[in-house]
Amino acid sequence: MALTVEQLACIRGERQLFSDLNFRLAPGEALLLHGPNGSGKSSLLRLLAGFLPPAHGRVLWDGAPALEDAEAHRARLQYLGHQDAVKSQLGTGDNLLFWARLYGLDPVGTEQAVTAALDAAGLQRQRHLQGGYLSAGQKRRLALARLLLKPATLWLLDEPTNALDTSAVAWLGELLAAHRAKGGMIILASHVDVPLKDARRLDLPEGKLA
Amino acid sequence: MLHALANPARFLRLMAAIRPWAAGVAVLGLGIGLAWGLLYSPPDYQQGETVRIMYIHVPAAWMGMFIYAAMAVASATALIWRHPVAELVAKASAPAGAAFTLICLITGSLWGKPMWGAWWVWDARLTSMLILFFLYLGYIALWEAFDDPARAGRAAAILALVGAINLPIIKFSVDWWNTMHQPASVLTLEGPKIHPDILWPLLITALGAKGYYVWLLTVRVRAEILKRQARILRFAAATDRRAG
Amino acid sequence: MSAFLAIVARDLRLGFGAQGAMLTTLLFFVLAVSLFPLGVGPEPQILARIAAGVIWVAALLAAMLSLDRLFQTDQEDGTLDLLAQAPLPLGLVALAKTLAHWLTTGLPLSLIAPLLAILLQMEGDAIPVLLGALLLGTPSLSLIGAIGAALTLGAKRGAVLVPLLTLPLVIPVLIFGVGAVEAAAYGLSAGPHLLLLGAFLAGALALSPLAIAAAVRLALE
Repeated sequence: MALTVEQLACIRGERQLFSDLNFRLAPGEALLLHGPNGSGKSSLLRLLAGFLPPAHGRVLWDGAPALEDAEAHRARLQYLGHQDAVKSQLGTGDNLLFWARLYGLDPVGTEQAVTAALDAAGLQRQRHLQGGYLSAGQKRRLALARLLLKPATLWLLDEPTNALDTSAVAWLGELLAAHRAKGGMIILASHVDVPLKDARRLDLPEGKLA
Repeated sequence: MLHALANPARFLRLMAAIRPWAAGVAVLGLGIGLAWGLLYSPPDYQQGETVRIMYIHVPAAWMGMFIYAAMAVASATALIWRHPVAELVAKASAPAGAAFTLICLITGSLWGKPMWGAWWVWDARLTSMLILFFLYLGYIALWEAFDDPARAGRAAAILALVGAINLPIIKFSVDWWNTMHQPASVLTLEGPKIHPDILWPLLITALGAKGYYVWLLTVRVRAEILKRQARILRFAAATDRRAG
Repeated sequence: MSAFLAIVARDLRLGFGAQGAMLTTLLFFVLAVSLFPLGVGPEPQILARIAAGVIWVAALLAAMLSLDRLFQTDQEDGTLDLLAQAPLPLGLVALAKTLAHWLTTGLPLSLIAPLLAILLQMEGDAIPVLLGALLLGTPSLSLIGAIGAALTLGAKRGAVLVPLLTLPLVIPVLIFGVGAVEAAAYGLSAGPHLLLLGAFLAGALALSPLAIAAAVRLALE
């Protein structure tokens, strides 16, 4: 199992963000995206998530084109964007419950899965509180708790530490480490330090690997 | 890798080659056709001289529909083959199509006053053209609603296709509505049988109008390509400055 | 299937909620229809003559009212990204959201319309036909309207643009819908009109999800 990116280029609007991007990610590996604002970190993540067609180049999964079979590609990844996708009118638990149903979780296991995810995110006490009353950090934790609902190999995380306090960042670190220990892959864009051991670094827009 | 539009020299050359021919067809067709129709064709035994409005009204109606069809074909090309120039052809077509449709509506209303005694009659054909005019306006408004021309172009292309699929249904429903509410008019702008004396000037005018449309496309698409090139260069300059 | 139902159930909850658009839409519909007797006078013959047209036009406008928010709220808070990542083709996601939209606008509008028909002195025989025609026609409004809503995602002045794009496209629904009611009022068969409404719905059901999905995909890029 491996994700390979070959000569990838991205055009947004009429502007070329990056070109000739090459890297390979094996199970347990993590890639940290670095670069100034507008260098294409978010666009690369959206491209890998299948939202954005590449202007040039290929994305391969185990050597086969990954983006062509959209359904299979969606099944093996989890994408976390800038926004938390928390509905302010729904309760914290109901927000998670909706995602669990959307992912097609077994109805019997759904309740337990939601409880476990809420526990992990430290939001058990807010279970019945409407999403609109959560603080920015709590919303981010709720969004991260979504990662626990669906088993997926590839995590694409865009600024996951936004609005998180130190203890929540530490929790995120554990989450990432546990995912990698199970053979998961992580590609993460952040402008602050993330507790991610032995991660490789990709500088955008040059595409230099470190 | 350069954006496909950054070097569309082939299209610009092709358009430069077509332009004088299209202009020639436009001048000759419109000149001969309109002069023949407006000055030398026989007056109608029922409608008298007012029938001459038809030599503008009918070609304008044909052009309004023809250009929408052309727009839909260009939009399909843009969506399926991701051809950026096709998108620009569709964009450049819309104002021309809207203008022809408006001319058709205005001449129809001018003709209605002496014939029906009213400036506007909800006749099936005129009503269909009015809806077509609204479709053009929606298309143009959608293009203008986005800052990013790539996004605008493809959204507008989807709208043009949806409109093209729906247009025959709208036409059918308007005809249905018309027969429900009033008996078919005895006098219509397009009579049941058209005499050759009327048909020839009509066809020549329509040909001239098509030449004009093609000429307009070569001018407007060229302008759009240059505008995009200028934008791309400006982006490149901004990126260089940041990198340096 | 469970994902499809999850989307419908969530949108229904949001739609029925205090901030949902359902009540506003219904109120607008009732208010718009009530304005006509004030505008054209209370003569029963005139009201009966225009009742079908008035109710249908008001339903058309009321259905447009909440359309621009159909995908916009989900796009603003990032939910649309995740809906697109669901194990469900985007066309079906679009269909689920459109179904929820109809259940919170088209269906309640249709159900309250007979009451308004009585206020407008509509022929008694025509009222069941009005209900049937609205039930058959309003899903098409939601389907075509959803195309407009998806196309204007992220556009400037999206709220004004949706009716401008959508209304010309739903003219056949208006014509066949009013035709059915008028036919029934004159004692003629409403069948052909209703069949045409059904045919339009079948076509919209087959083609709209493709157009909506294509438009949403543009907005996700």
